[in-house]
Amino acid sequence: MGVIKLTDRIKVMERKPMSFMERIYLPAILKGMGITMSHFFKKKATISYPEEQRPMSEVFRGLHVLRRDEKGAERCTACGLCALACPAEAITMTAAERKRGEENLYREEKYASVYEINMLRCIFCGLCEEACPKAAIFLQNDKMAPASYEREDFIYGKDRLVEPFLLKQS
Amino acid sequence: MSAVMIKLIFIVVVFGVSLFVAMYSTYAERKIAAFLQDRLGPNRAGPFGILQPFADGIKLFFKEEFIPLKADRWLFLMGPGFFMITALMTSAVIPFGADFIHDGKTIALQATDINVGLLYIFGVVSLGVYGILIGGWASNNKFSLLGAIRAASQNISYELAMGMSIVALVMMTSTLSLREIVDQQAGWHWNVFYQPLGFLIFIICAFAETNRAPFDLPECETELVGGYHTEFSSMKLGFYLFAEYINMFISSAVLATLFFGGYQFPWVSSMDPGLTKTILSVVVMFGKIFFFIFLFMWVRWTLPRFRYDQLMNLGWKILIPLAVVNIVLTGAVILYKMM
Repeated sequence: MGVIKLTDRIKVMERKPMSFMERIYLPAILKGMGITMSHFFKKKATISYPEEQRPMSEVFRGLHVLRRDEKGAERCTACGLCALACPAEAITMTAAERKRGEENLYREEKYASVYEINMLRCIFCGLCEEACPKAAIFLQNDKMAPASYEREDFIYGKDRLVEPFLLKQS
Repeated sequence: MSAVMIKLIFIVVVFGVSLFVAMYSTYAERKIAAFLQDRLGPNRAGPFGILQPFADGIKLFFKEEFIPLKADRWLFLMGPGFFMITALMTSAVIPFGADFIHDGKTIALQATDINVGLLYIFGVVSLGVYGILIGGWASNNKFSLLGAIRAASQNISYELAMGMSIVALVMMTSTLSLREIVDQQAGWHWNVFYQPLGFLIFIICAFAETNRAPFDLPECETELVGGYHTEFSSMKLGFYLFAEYINMFISSAVLATLFFGGYQFPWVSSMDPGLTKTILSVVVMFGKIFFFIFLFMWVRWTLPRFRYDQLMNLGWKILIPLAVVNIVLTGAVILYKMM
């Protein structure tokens, strides 16, 4: 019975005693120092974050935005499907009825008077975006929730989620 | 101005310069480490992070001052101070530049030129281990104690080889005064060309004496948490870390003085004595010192740490016999030249 080989890439290592040049270590040390010195002048891998940013993917799921329609009215109708779809239960909202004269503000007859996303709970899966029947909520691919010292700062209300009105006009 | 005043001013200046160099060595260490590892290093405090040492210092001052309940209070307080004092004391005999003549008086850029300068350095450096030993023992912590014991045994082992490598040098120079040793090396007569083996032994021992990688066993964090300074916090820890950098500065100065001609440089030493020569010689001296500081850091970020038994093997079985061989060789050459 011969020896069963699992692979033909077996490499037999020789355990020969170190030669004199190897035993005094100094050539190896100098070689190592040469390697580290060559890295001294190499291009650095660091990206200094706030000043320079990595290019984002087209499909990156970053900070949420509540869109307005072409006339500048909020698209969200507070149906609650995003909150239902959210696996992290990060979205809460309160619905309110649109009054007469507010047609330019809200697209539908019902709207969200309070709409909050807790960015500490959010896992940025994008299911809210998929669930939304009114194409109101989107995850932007160029913004991320910035760091902060306070927990309160991570609960984003409508003031920070709804896209600015002026931007849409231009 | 009286001679005493000049000396006092000079001592204060040397004190300040040692602290300043040590302070910026911490910055240089982090920057060099980063660059050798393809990173950028500290660059937030001021332009290029130049204010980082101040930020570190302020941070250390504001940290909680913690003394373990079972620690020996007075020794615990004494340890860092002792380490710092011995680190600073060494610079007293190092000549930092050529003499210059002011109002007919010769002003030496050296705190004191004692005729046993070399012995003084060795004496003070070997006192330095007490700071570590006292601090580590007083902490009443097994890791600190282990670190302290390692520091003591390492320093004793490597001081022997270091001293013996110096014996060969002293046989050649036949003086212990550092200024005379420097003056003998004017031109290209640097001792490193006559004593290459001695230099090699000395620099390896210098790495061990300053507890720097690859011989940083007293504080090796993989085995001993923080080594002898595990229990220290706030500025007491700062003193330990800081004194290590002062030691590095002094070691570099001693290396430059003994083997690389100190403040001598071929074109500078042949100049007429005067302010220009003095300034140039100081620049040369500090250039050499900074090169060695860089070397210390370069080696630290290249080599892995020695194992404890390898450390002892290297010290006792290789470096000491080599140093003896070096002494014999030097003696033979001197004898041959005399005949």
